[in-house]
Amino acid sequence: MTISRQLQYALIKNVAAPLLVKTDAWKSARSFRAKKDKPNPPFGPRLESYIKLKELMLEHYFTGRYADGAVPVAWITSGSPVELLRPFGFHIVYPENHAALCAVRRRAKDLCVHAENEGFCRDLCSYARTDFGSVMSGQTPVGRVPKPDLLVTCTNICQTALAWYKVLARKFNVPLYVFDTPFIYGEGEEHDVDYIVAQFHELIEMCEKVTGRKLDQKQLTYHTQLGCECSKAWGKVLDLCRNRPAPMTTFDAFIYIGPIVAMRGLPECLSFYKFLHDELQDRVSRGIGAIQNERYRLLWDNLPIWFAIRDLSTAFAQGGFNFVCSTYTNAWAETAHHFDPNDVYRSSAKLYSRIILNRDLRNKADLILKLCRDFQCDGAVLHSDRSCKPYSVGQYNLADILNREHGIKTMILEADHGDPRSYSPEQGELRVKAFMETFQ
Amino acid sequence: MTIASIGLDAGSTTVKAVAINPEGQIAARVIENTKPDISSQAERLIEGLRSETGSGPDTTVSATGYGRKMVRNAGKVITEITAHGRGAFFLAGKALTLVDVGGQDSKVIRIAASGNVEDFAMNDKCAAGTGRFLEVILHRLEIGYDQVEPMLDRASGSVSISNTCTVFAESEIISLLARGVPVEEIVYAVHAAFAERVGSLVMRLGRPSAIHMSGGGARNAGLVKLLGKHLCVPATVLPEAQFVGALGAALTAASTRAGI
Repeated sequence: MTISRQLQYALIKNVAAPLLVKTDAWKSARSFRAKKDKPNPPFGPRLESYIKLKELMLEHYFTGRYADGAVPVAWITSGSPVELLRPFGFHIVYPENHAALCAVRRRAKDLCVHAENEGFCRDLCSYARTDFGSVMSGQTPVGRVPKPDLLVTCTNICQTALAWYKVLARKFNVPLYVFDTPFIYGEGEEHDVDYIVAQFHELIEMCEKVTGRKLDQKQLTYHTQLGCECSKAWGKVLDLCRNRPAPMTTFDAFIYIGPIVAMRGLPECLSFYKFLHDELQDRVSRGIGAIQNERYRLLWDNLPIWFAIRDLSTAFAQGGFNFVCSTYTNAWAETAHHFDPNDVYRSSAKLYSRIILNRDLRNKADLILKLCRDFQCDGAVLHSDRSCKPYSVGQYNLADILNREHGIKTMILEADHGDPRSYSPEQGELRVKAFMETFQ
Repeated sequence: MTIASIGLDAGSTTVKAVAINPEGQIAARVIENTKPDISSQAERLIEGLRSETGSGPDTTVSATGYGRKMVRNAGKVITEITAHGRGAFFLAGKALTLVDVGGQDSKVIRIAASGNVEDFAMNDKCAAGTGRFLEVILHRLEIGYDQVEPMLDRASGSVSISNTCTVFAESEIISLLARGVPVEEIVYAVHAAFAERVGSLVMRLGRPSAIHMSGGGARNAGLVKLLGKHLCVPATVLPEAQFVGALGAALTAASTRAGI
């Protein structure tokens, strides 16, 4: 860390970034006011929270450009215990979040091709290929991604994350911590918790070594507690969609998920979800729905098809179909209840190992059925994601359980979360329309 | 003659159009290969049916198929799933599982006793398991659909080919031909691979007690027989098998007009 980089970073963080954000927010607010009362069919009125979201994400990615060399930087997977890193002052980069952003901005395909040209197989996860492509070409829609001092991967989301981060470790020549969460069958075992807690201590040691700082236990409790509150606040936002009509679609939630993934454990994340909650609560009290004519309610399973969110949300909304819940958005809220501030390590071990992707199919089926009940869903769309094998495996069994055992109409949509070459819009549209026609 | 409506199915390989009378019977039909300009082709075919049946320009038209959005004068546009479901139910008059082997995709549709589509499954983004797969392979072997059934009867089933990819299957066939494997064995292997692929699509909706077939693939009697054998269920070809989608579209147009 050099003093000049630290000064530059402090200037960016405290002066330039807030100025940029304020200017952008002013422009966005003006544009929002102009559109606010205009019809937005087939959707309901626009949400002001979107402006706040843009501010948050802009500040995060903009200050990140200047982070390396000034503060320690860690690249971590979405399921990694980020709260452990917060007391050390790391700037956190989530390559998955960045890859999703690339997909939304239609930049992922070219980055994937770049990685494939370097020899990475097209069957690999498109998030990994987008990340490799971005690292190797230096191209990114956010200007610049800071180089890491530490890499942390966690096996609770998939095994690809392991090989992916090994490639990054070789490329950047920085330490990698592999956080291993045993797969949970049933309710899990206490010795699994012991095993995970031991790894928390190892990771803390590694953070101390990389940053040269000692762990501040109070800071750890603060960020862990805050992370849990962020998850609970996110859960409360999602729960508002139990109302009829739902004030938000799951496609909106896919966009609003950014802070809970990238800024968990920070106060700005919590205040954002409080703002979003209040705005949605106001919609609920006035009976305003996210789509104009909510006739049927659906559940979404798996990651979004980032590059097709707009097309899909419009097609469904035009037919009066609203996605009101999803296993994906729920994943950042579902385990928050495990947290106990009096036993941070053991409760966090449960919180991180008991997420949907790290549990058996029966648990996933029970969860989907519960969500369908709680949110009064008429049907479900299971996105069979070519890139995400752990999420997609078992979906035909799930469809059977939902459809035949519980009479919930189910469709499997074959696509990919990031690579548009693995999705045929024409066939996708046909399936979607035909699925909607079966409700008539 | 009195015409209730016209239905047009703009498929990836062929465009089919039918005119139906008020009882739903097909009064006139036309089929031709899909041209690049689907709009003009559809317009011409509809005009042809109108003049053949003497129906006026106000006859309601519905369209389905991949080119459905290109049909300018269609009053209602529906997906192939709904169109085939409606047409098949009209022809069979009972609940059924329909297997439609089309050029661009294969569809399995479960139709309830009410006539509504209960569930459906389609092949993924891949030519294997579509009419195109058989078309490519049979073209390579210079064999027509009418020659297939006797060949399958003669074959012993001693060779097999990959069912995962049309391109790989074609190169496998070249290797088999180079090894002197009899053509009927190769034809059998291709159809067995196809039946396996489409069979698993059928099984996604649960094992049916029987299957009914439609689409261009239903003209291949050998395939129909082998698919039934593979699934261990009777396989029947619907009458007017290639026109089921167009019929469904016409029935939709008629019911829309009648306000049903």
